[in-house]
Amino acid sequence: MLKRITPLLWLLFSAGGTVAAFFLPVHLLLTGLAFPLGWLEAPRYEILQRLLAHPVTRLYLFVLVSLPLFHWAHRFRYTLYDGLQLKHLTVLIAVLCYGTALAGTAMAAYLLWSIP
Amino acid sequence: MGYTVKADPHYTLYHPRWYRRRMSVWWWLHNRAYAFFVLREITSVFVAFTALLYLWQIRALIQGPQAYEQFLARLKTPLFLTLDTVAFLFVLFHAITWFNLTPKAMVVRMGGKRVPDWAIIGVNYAAWIVLSGAVAFLLLRG
Repeated sequence: MLKRITPLLWLLFSAGGTVAAFFLPVHLLLTGLAFPLGWLEAPRYEILQRLLAHPVTRLYLFVLVSLPLFHWAHRFRYTLYDGLQLKHLTVLIAVLCYGTALAGTAMAAYLLWSIP
Repeated sequence: MGYTVKADPHYTLYHPRWYRRRMSVWWWLHNRAYAFFVLREITSVFVAFTALLYLWQIRALIQGPQAYEQFLARLKTPLFLTLDTVAFLFVLFHAITWFNLTPKAMVVRMGGKRVPDWAIIGVNYAAWIVLSGAVAFLLLRG
């Protein structure tokens, strides 16, 4: 099963890596540093609410959360194998990594879907 | 003959035991290239961290203005400022190494000639700047 879907996992890995490379730095710089440190004013609730009302924003946020999680799952899986030499735990590690990514994806879908 | 032949490559009787030197878990610290490789692999942890941070923000936004205020206040705590600084550096490292590797993963040909590596990398960086600017514009327009 794991062998059969390996090409798909690699595809998700590289799609997620690309999304993460293009979009995560600016989001983290603004939300994680510029807003909390007061360099820039954090957007007001109403403004983000208005952005969220648009389906394109929701699709964007879904992709922004889901694909990077799969990128992590795939890369971290191999990091654990090579770095910590846990080859014998292959199945457990794969289930934990991809399971976490799936859970995050489901959570994002549920949250974004439930917006009125 | 009354028995079936099993084609199991993992099992052979009297298989010799290979001599394997035990590798330290810290093998990658001995060489700068290995350390660089492992650091690059570890960026994925911070990529996931950032994705989850966004999931948290989406949840706060759906719960209402009060939850959003609470989310903003939580980000101002030293714990999150430290985490976010470290995560930002790693995500940046991920972006740079990712863009620099694109010509190796993707060979582009135009008019029968291979597009040089620096051009592909350059297009990536240009797109990065434009997309980051667009995101910042949408978030800061207020």
